[in-house]
Amino acid sequence: MKPIYIFLLLCFAFLIYSFGIYFSPTEKGMSNNEDTLNIVAKGKMVWQKYNCQSCHQLYGLGGYLGPDLTNIVAQEGKGELFIKVMVQSGTKQMPAFKLSDEETSHLFVFLNEMNQTGNSDPRSFHIFSNGMIEPNEK
Amino acid sequence: MKNKETNFGKLFLNTALVMLLAGILFGCLAAASYIWPGFIKDQLGFISMRPLHVSSALFWILLGATSCVYYALQAIFPGKVNAKLAWLQWGFWLIAIIGIYISYFTGNFGGREYWEFEPIWALPIAISWLLFLIQFFSIVMTHKHWPVYYYMWMTGIVFFLFIFIENYLWLLPYFNKSLIKDMTIQWKVNGSMVGAWNQILYGISFFLMDKISGDRKVGYSKIAFTMYFIGFFNLLFNWGHHIYTLPSLPYIRYIGYAVSMTEWIFFARTIYLWKHELINYHKHYAYFPYRFIMAANFWVFVNLTLALFMSIPAFNIYTHGTHVTVAHAMGTTIGINTMIILAATFNFQGKELEKGDGFLTQNYWILQIGLFILWVALLGAGLEKGIWQMQATRTLFAEMMAHLKPWFVLFFVGGLLTTLGILGLVIKLFKTQISVTRSHQNRNT
Repeated sequence: MKPIYIFLLLCFAFLIYSFGIYFSPTEKGMSNNEDTLNIVAKGKMVWQKYNCQSCHQLYGLGGYLGPDLTNIVAQEGKGELFIKVMVQSGTKQMPAFKLSDEETSHLFVFLNEMNQTGNSDPRSFHIFSNGMIEPNEK
Repeated sequence: MKNKETNFGKLFLNTALVMLLAGILFGCLAAASYIWPGFIKDQLGFISMRPLHVSSALFWILLGATSCVYYALQAIFPGKVNAKLAWLQWGFWLIAIIGIYISYFTGNFGGREYWEFEPIWALPIAISWLLFLIQFFSIVMTHKHWPVYYYMWMTGIVFFLFIFIENYLWLLPYFNKSLIKDMTIQWKVNGSMVGAWNQILYGISFFLMDKISGDRKVGYSKIAFTMYFIGFFNLLFNWGHHIYTLPSLPYIRYIGYAVSMTEWIFFARTIYLWKHELINYHKHYAYFPYRFIMAANFWVFVNLTLALFMSIPAFNIYTHGTHVTVAHAMGTTIGINTMIILAATFNFQGKELEKGDGFLTQNYWILQIGLFILWVALLGAGLEKGIWQMQATRTLFAEMMAHLKPWFVLFFVGGLLTTLGILGLVIKLFKTQISVTRSHQNRNT
């Protein structure tokens, strides 16, 4: 078989795989409310605008200087007020960000929605004998 | 050569070298935040220094790969490069770099990890890459029987453009509102993109070996094409190993795991060929650019071993989100990508740098030792964090980070040595270029 045909065959398989992912059903735990999802999208833009990913992670993906924030809102005493205070006062490592009240609120909705999608704690995974891992039900 | 006055390989190379210098400078500044928390946080801060470092390093690799392809194309097809297209391609890169640096220095982000700049600056990069694609096809399509490295360059150039566009699907509300799907695509992009530029660079490596050994049949051999297709297959489908812990569709995890395991073939082949490689090392050691190929081969072996373990989910759960991932990223971008570009760069500079000298050899080893220290330090920090994150009762995150400080100091020392080594090599490259240009001018007058 000519190399170009193998190349085209693999490209075709890749396109099918990619479009399968693009049009896959919405994930579990996400809100069905369109208004909420719009705010979630705005909150995600706040996350990107202030480059939170530079230091923080979501599901272990992101920077390494600060803690993973996937399930931060589920931790005791770490609700909207905690996030507001942390963001605006900063820490020794983190600068104090000047977020508006609206931005803080959107960021919280985003983090809250992220928390609903699953658990990022590696201890919560089950390891199978074939080497695969699966999340335990939350 | 028709375009004798314009050496586009050199043009892109010098732009890439400036990016490399910026990358190592910002890398050192960003690393300082690990030792001195809050280091210049109210001036530039880690949130600007990290993207400045990462983007500069990425652009070094992309521009370096582009430069090598231009050097090769101008050598194989003299006078065929369309100068207008090449200048336009370079111009769009320049616009993007200036815009992105302004975006970072003014704290205007808006993008995502590795591409944190305002999305508008992705446009000149995409246009520039499209021009590169047109340039490439308009030249090589005239050639009928392609060696494997043409396929590799084509794959890298085509797929980089596709993946780069995919990288901005999040601008569409449909993707942006779907958190997990969007993260899945983000890491599909990050994984495949590395595969795309690796295809260009491995193609360069192949082209160089072809040239150094003088055996033109290798580029057409069945084994070369088999290795290429395994690499391509991994580019397309192995990225799922980045997101084992993400609650994405289960089949993505299984496909990522299964496809990643085909990389054992590369591993087995490396072991099988080590004796043959050793003979080659002795044979070509005196040829200075070849030493970078030797170094790249070493780093391929080391990083492939690490990657294979990281691709097994049961191991990945310990290393995910830790500095082990950074060790792998640094090992591949500096150890493999940078070494291949430097090999090509020293090769294309002509006879002046072929033998090397004491200064070059010294800096070469400073770079290798520095990188090894940096790699080991990141591995150590990552494994310690991995153990911490699996403990039933964890200490505070800040306490854990304070505990990792000795590793970070070692990482910083390794980073400084790497910087010194690279700096020495780049200074020598620039000096040689200047002296060659002067001697050409003197000859002409």
